[in-house]
Amino acid sequence: MGGRKKTLLGMAALMLLTAPLAAQSWAADGPSTVELGSLANQYSAVTFDHAMHTGVAPSCAECHHHTTGLAPIDPNCARCHEAGAKAKSVACKDCHSDKPFSAESLKKIQENSKLYHKDRLGLKGAYHRRCLGCHTDMGGPTGCQDCHTRNDKGDAFFNSGKYAPAPSVSGGHGEGH
Amino acid sequence: MKKLNRRSFLKGGLASGATIAAVGTSKQALAGTHNFGGYPDSMGVLVDLTKCVGCRTCEAACNREQGLPTPDKPFDDPSVFEEKREGGLPRRTSEKAYTVVQKYDVEGREHPLFRKVQCNHCNEPACLTSCFVNAYKKTPEGAVIYDKTVCVGCRTCMIACPFYIPAYSYSSAINPVVKKCIMCYDTRLKFGRPPACVEACPQEVMTFGKRKDLLKLAHQRISEKPDKYVDQVYGETEVGGTAWMYMSDVPFDKIGYDNHLGNQPIINYVKEFLAMVPMVLTIWPALFTGFHLLSNRKDALKNDDNKS
Repeated sequence: MGGRKKTLLGMAALMLLTAPLAAQSWAADGPSTVELGSLANQYSAVTFDHAMHTGVAPSCAECHHHTTGLAPIDPNCARCHEAGAKAKSVACKDCHSDKPFSAESLKKIQENSKLYHKDRLGLKGAYHRRCLGCHTDMGGPTGCQDCHTRNDKGDAFFNSGKYAPAPSVSGGHGEGH
Repeated sequence: MKKLNRRSFLKGGLASGATIAAVGTSKQALAGTHNFGGYPDSMGVLVDLTKCVGCRTCEAACNREQGLPTPDKPFDDPSVFEEKREGGLPRRTSEKAYTVVQKYDVEGREHPLFRKVQCNHCNEPACLTSCFVNAYKKTPEGAVIYDKTVCVGCRTCMIACPFYIPAYSYSSAINPVVKKCIMCYDTRLKFGRPPACVEACPQEVMTFGKRKDLLKLAHQRISEKPDKYVDQVYGETEVGGTAWMYMSDVPFDKIGYDNHLGNQPIINYVKEFLAMVPMVLTIWPALFTGFHLLSNRKDALKNDDNKS
């Protein structure tokens, strides 16, 4: 093989070998957007701008607890998880159930007598508490429709929009609302 | 037979009265200390008031689940929090709303506190105690339900309830009955599912589970954040314990809760008196007829003598 060919081959090999590293750097920051749609019912799915949030969050641990391998932010959590145990999946839905109060979920908690985190939030609660906490402090969107627009089913559910009741003429006595 | 004079009558009367009282109250006193405490595996709901943002999704979910009439205002309208009843009281449950959220502006707290109000599903409900047609039932699952076909619409339970929860269908002229939260018993709890409001809440303010587990959870939460939470789980012991319990970062008496209800279920205030009633109604007529006959015996004997 000629010298040039050898160099090219060498470079190609090097690129192939370092490809996983490049993929790793992508994984280190996660996907650029995440479609949060498993709970979409009265509201549309949320297109979560993950890339933007990795830019504003000081560390992955802000949102992902210790699952990315970092120590958690809250010192109360760090007293046990300081080593930062890496989890198989960092996706919210893989630890936070979408049916936290089903008989099955409750049974699982009851059966595990050594479980400390009996208080683990369901998926809907986890999303809202995690997101709204920071948004309230940092001035992010806090209105329901700021993150997910309500669909027609939602408007009917809330008796809002085109389903809004006609304003009462009498004014009422305080009962009946 | 010895003449019954006033002295012996009073002595006998006092003695028998004292015996009855002693026997009677000692039994009742023992009974009074054993409160029911709820069925052992009954469910409950723990409400964390520090997490509620006043979105009223719970109200919308309840309306949908229980087939309630169209509300006067949309469920995303926050102006309902400013509505006041007579005397400046905040909004309450009604025939159209089995649960309502109230807003409290607390001094020093960055955001207002929102409080969800609905039937607390007491272990020994006052409504059940007061209902003379037995329309109420405390289910083993924990819910306090009622049979609206049995209800006569007397509203005694509305007076009895220490939380002022049962509402009344004033709008019905022919058959008004009492209306309240049933913890979604018919459609959900019976089948092991949480109430609609619990499931709908985006902030997961409410935690559903066995009451005994929720108490442990509540105290664990308090012990982990002692600076945040008030060291009281409202409903743990109030009026004998309730299935719906509350945690707060503001003292409960500042956000509309009555902290002077005591730990006795309402029935304990009437149990002793009511237990005495059948005994009194049977014994007293017999007893006083006996006294009457004895005291007139002298005259009766004299009449017999006169006749013969």
